[in-house]
Amino acid sequence: MLYWRSNQLQSCIKGIQYPMSSSLLSANKLTCIREERILFDELSFDINPGDLIQIEGPNGAGKTSLLRILAGLSRPYDGHVEFNGDCITRCREEFYEHLMFIGHLAGVKGELTAQENLDFNLQMHGDNCDDIDGALASVNLTGFEDALASHLSAGQNRRIALARLWRSHAKIWILDEPYTAIDKAGIVELEKLFINHIDNGGAVILTSHQDITIGADRLKRITLDYNFY
Amino acid sequence: MNQPISYWQTFSIVLKRDLQVAVRNKGDVFNPLIFFVIVITLFPLGIGSDSAILSRIAPGVIWVAALLSALLSLERLFKNDYNDGSLEQMLLSPQPLFIMVFAKVLAHWLLTGVPIILVAPLLALLLHMEEAAYGARIITLLLGTPVLSLIGAIGVALTVGIKKGGVLLSLLILPLYIPVLIFSTGAIEAAALNMPYTGHLAIIAALLMGA
Repeated sequence: MLYWRSNQLQSCIKGIQYPMSSSLLSANKLTCIREERILFDELSFDINPGDLIQIEGPNGAGKTSLLRILAGLSRPYDGHVEFNGDCITRCREEFYEHLMFIGHLAGVKGELTAQENLDFNLQMHGDNCDDIDGALASVNLTGFEDALASHLSAGQNRRIALARLWRSHAKIWILDEPYTAIDKAGIVELEKLFINHIDNGGAVILTSHQDITIGADRLKRITLDYNFY
Repeated sequence: MNQPISYWQTFSIVLKRDLQVAVRNKGDVFNPLIFFVIVITLFPLGIGSDSAILSRIAPGVIWVAALLSALLSLERLFKNDYNDGSLEQMLLSPQPLFIMVFAKVLAHWLLTGVPIILVAPLLALLLHMEEAAYGARIITLLLGTPVLSLIGAIGVALTVGIKKGGVLLSLLILPLYIPVLIFSTGAIEAAALNMPYTGHLAIIAALLMGA
């Protein structure tokens, strides 16, 4: 283990000197251990512009853990994630400038209206927030702009969180179960948006238990197995 | 399009949002304040209306009540945001963390410290506090309550991931509050005896800067 740690430090330092790299994000020998169980061991892959990646696996296989490590919200037991050839812990603000992460929790405040929630989230990421109502219209929330999020349904709350995708300038989208509580028509809209995003040089990494229909030919899969040890 | 926002903008956006959330959630604002008022009004009832004793204990009572009510409201600083995932989203925004945290702490102080400062003169009257000590009390509260919010933020940040972190939070934070308590009540007592209390104030101000 000590050997890998020193290696990791070295590549971090090297990354600063040679920041040229074609991939947006690369996972480098990631190892994750939860409750003394190895979820994945020395997992490496690159995420390039135009990638649509679905992470598959049974419950408890470590899909969410992997996404949280990629987003820098959790630390891997070993290995590291590189953005532009630089370790993400070293370029936090630059990395988050290009990252959109939507997790299990929607991050929508019940005390604020749909409009205020979206406005806050967009402002914090430096995204354009001129036409908030238009963004809410694209997730079918017209007429609910001034409703408190706590008065809306689970699916509508989820839509408030997802509305940011229509305005995001981030290149990398990491979405944990984006289809939860979203109706069929909404899923089709989302899939169209994903295709549009990867066509424009972005990358989408998502977990879902549903099969992705549109753009299935362009889909790459990373399968995590459930390990019992 | 990407429009980078300044530190000041980040600060005001977070502050505005926290205040907005609190205004919609009035119970959260009034709970600590009502607790503060009730604790203090219970003392004359329990001890009796002997003005000599009351004016003797007044500084301590006011400050202990302020400490406890701050503790009561501290969890709100990060807990709700943690539970609904918006803290996570703030962590993921390309803004410096200390600015966001500072904005949240300031919002917490505006919602808990300032009401206490405003209501304290009334309660001081109730406790027959020496008139000479009024100025000292206001200044110690002004300097001291931000310290409570700032130190508290450290404790809440450490315990936010724990389901029932309340007890641990008290254990972590109360010892750190003790210096504020000692010097604040010391200053008020010194003022009541018409002695100089600027030394005490300087120490509280130093605590504020340090926190």
